Amino acid sequence: MPTFVYMTRCDGCGHCVDICPSDIMHIDPTYRRAYNIEPSMCWECYSCVKACPQNAIDVRGYADFAPLGHSVRVIRDEEKGTIAWKIKYRNGTEKNFLSPITTKPWGQAIPKLADVPAPNQEMRDSQLLYNEPKWIRMDDGGLHTLQSAGLKMKKGVYY
Amino acid sequence: MAYKTIVEENIDILVVGAGLGGSGAAWEARYWGQNKKIVIAEKANIDRSGAVAQGLYAINCYMGTRWGENNPEDHVRYARIDLMGLVREDLLFDMARHVDSTVHQFEEWGLPIMRDPKTGRYLREGRWQIMIHGESYKPIVAEAAKKSADKVFNRICVTHLLMDDSKENRVAGAVGFNVRTGNYHVFKSKTVICGAGGASNIFKPRSVGEGSGRTWYAPWSSASAYGLMIEAGAKMTQMENRIVLARFKDGYGPVGAYFLHLKTYTQNGLGEEYESKWFPELQKMVGKEYLDPEVSHLTHRPIPTCLRNHCIIGEVNAGRGPIHMVTMKAFQDPHLEEVGWENFLGMTIGQAVLWASTDVDPKNENPELTTSEPYVMGSHATCSGAWCSGPEDVSPPEYFWGYNRMTTIEGLFGAGDAVGGTPHAFSSGSFTEGRLAAKAACKYIDDGKAEGIVISDEQINRRRKQIYKPLEHYKIYRNEIVAGDVNPHYINPKQGLDRLQKLMDEYCGGVTVSYMTNEKLLNIALKKLKIMEEDLDSLAAKDIHELLRAWELKHRHRAAECVTQHTLFRKETRWPGYYYRGDAMKVDDANWHVLTVSRRDPKTGEYTMEKAPCYHLVGANE
Ligand SMILES: Cc1cc2nc3c(=O)[nH]c(=O)nc-3n(C[C@H](O)[C@H](O)[C@H](O)COP(=O)(O)OP(=O)(O)OC[C@H]3O[C@@H](n4cnc5c(N)ncnc54)[C@H](O)[C@@H]3O)c2cc1C
Ligand code: SF4
Ligand code: SF4
Repeated sequence: MPTFVYMTRCDGCGHCVDICPSDIMHIDPTYRRAYNIEPSMCWECYSCVKACPQNAIDVRGYADFAPLGHSVRVIRDEEKGTIAWKIKYRNGTEKNFLSPITTKPWGQAIPKLADVPAPNQEMRDSQLLYNEPKWIRMDDGGLHTLQSAGLKMKKGVYY
Repeated sequence: MAYKTIVEENIDILVVGAGLGGSGAAWEARYWGQNKKIVIAEKANIDRSGAVAQGLYAINCYMGTRWGENNPEDHVRYARIDLMGLVREDLLFDMARHVDSTVHQFEEWGLPIMRDPKTGRYLREGRWQIMIHGESYKPIVAEAAKKSADKVFNRICVTHLLMDDSKENRVAGAVGFNVRTGNYHVFKSKTVICGAGGASNIFKPRSVGEGSGRTWYAPWSSASAYGLMIEAGAKMTQMENRIVLARFKDGYGPVGAYFLHLKTYTQNGLGEEYESKWFPELQKMVGKEYLDPEVSHLTHRPIPTCLRNHCIIGEVNAGRGPIHMVTMKAFQDPHLEEVGWENFLGMTIGQAVLWASTDVDPKNENPELTTSEPYVMGSHATCSGAWCSGPEDVSPPEYFWGYNRMTTIEGLFGAGDAVGGTPHAFSSGSFTEGRLAAKAACKYIDDGKAEGIVISDEQINRRRKQIYKPLEHYKIYRNEIVAGDVNPHYINPKQGLDRLQKLMDEYCGGVTVSYMTNEKLLNIALKKLKIMEEDLDSLAAKDIHELLRAWELKHRHRAAECVTQHTLFRKETRWPGYYYRGDAMKVDDANWHVLTVSRRDPKTGEYTMEKAPCYHLVGANE
């Protein structure tokens, strides 16, 4: 379902160009507005649709198997932490969905590992990763090993 | 050409491709190397790149060990039976014992993970899967990577790894070009963690024309992890183990939640259950060890994914298609209906668009399923990738050479799809592998293993020339013709991709031949791939965007060659439903209960194939 851009809404800001993972949203040199230069490499991932401040991008189902007359619109709101979808069927049926996208204020809950206390030598020599053994065991034990799991290394088989 | 050369020097850890694996690597590297220089080189924008660009609705790999749900060895058993016995159990065990800490961290960062209101635990979709509202999974994970990295270079298509000119088989960084400015970028680094992802579009897709972008794995999954590593001479494993997906027809919407959570099921065109009909015959092909419906029924041991595909393929070929997913029952419950829809909107929006446009409401009509074209990747129900070292406390000598997740090239590490032998890692496991690789890479540097690296100007200039050649080639020959794309001196990337897909499809077991191949066909494939390589030298790119497509094609071509070599080497049909060797239709445990390992000599282009032992660390019983 490749994207297309409404001429009257796009102001050429380039957000879609910046985000498209397929590198197919480009600014048209004549009109100074964005368009999809390679629809056959569009995954209809909606990254550009979600990123467009003007809601200028929409999706029209792939011509080779999707009949005209439908729409799937989205509004993603980082402040509110939600994403809202509106699905319109060819036959007029409508469905609406709303989901959370995050539970924390955007980007603030992730620690800067450059500033946490550095790991000591014992930690370095162990198999542990940052913040472990938190979360990895039911008891307070350390990381699972073959021994703790009661496993033995058996000879490799070529049979 | 006026493109600038931009050199980034003194990097300690270069992450090539920051999807789930690469982001995990960049994030964790900062902890073990607080004063190290960590740099990301990424083809797209890490906020929305890789297979998780549009989000995910589930985390498919979570043990729940803290709630007593599963232990790492349980996961090894599961992944092993699903892959018909052949996995790297050391790597799997290692990933599984760490993955929970990754997932809980995601929750702390704000990723909405659903909880079971009764138990307070994460809401299970299946034994290994938990449900999330993951529209922003990738932006959240990217935020973590950005917090740790010194610099993020977005829009750099990495084309080659740099190698040390003073010590053979040691990595020294990577090179590529900026897909916007066209500038040449040189990254000189002590270590490289390759997270450049798996491969779509190697085999001819079912979709055509405008719809060609509708692949299961993202169209931008360009096999770069494989192309880069094979080209540098890294050993690869299980590359024959491509995956075919049973998905909703045309949209390729996911089915996991449908089967596991919504309890929908499949039936043939006549409305009959069909799977069990195929089992007796199938059991003769693969042996009771791998398919025992009674045991599966009693112990909930899964029927391997490939075998379930086999039943669909057989049923359709017998004229009893289409296969339907019976959704009409489950979707009468409004809550389940909502889950069904949000599942798509969270990770395969195209499926929702397709149903809206074709007036398919799964409440009133059972949608069709189909089997996809094959994909090559290493983190789903398949395990293609580089042959990597495991951790020292778990791995037997054949699987251990000093640093966890290090490939057979010194200083080159892998994560996610890049690592072979570790199926069912999925998003969380890929991120975890990145973390493991990052810790090991820091240790490698601290141990002094990266001293004295030399990168000659000759190497840098040679790569530069190679990279821009398609642009040059276009300039030289374009004006020989009036207009259009038909030129006796070159092909463009799209034409090349069509050729690759057609030949892989027909000779290496794609959709149009019902996944069938044999030794003769594979040898023809290799011959055609070789000739194609000559034509890739005459690839033409009319602009920088096409230059990106040109290099993606070259990576895909290299990966395809390796897949074909492996498929030829393994003389059995290990995964019926993924592909068939018509000249060896059975599982042959006596000769092939082994991992296949290849190496392409970077100087001669010759492949060496070997069998590596399969170590079983975990017993059969729970
Ligand atoms: C439709 C779909 C549904 C899925 N469902 C689930 C699910 O429900 N739960 C789950 O846990 N997992 C799921 N997965 C699997 C999960 O997405 C993958 O396992 C995971 O993303 C693999 O991580 P990776 O880092 O190896 O690759 P990716 O995340 O794909 O990252 C690869 C990165 O490398 C970059 N790159 C590629 N080539 C180059 C180059 N030449 N130079 C520089 N950078 C490059 C890419 O842009 C990208 O950023 C799903 C995948 C798909 C496609
Ligand atoms: S993001 Fe929207 S407004 Fe900005 S260039 Fe793209 S389509 Fe136009
Ligand atoms: S939907 Fe995705 S692939 Fe298509 S143009 Fe938008 S961002 Fe690019």
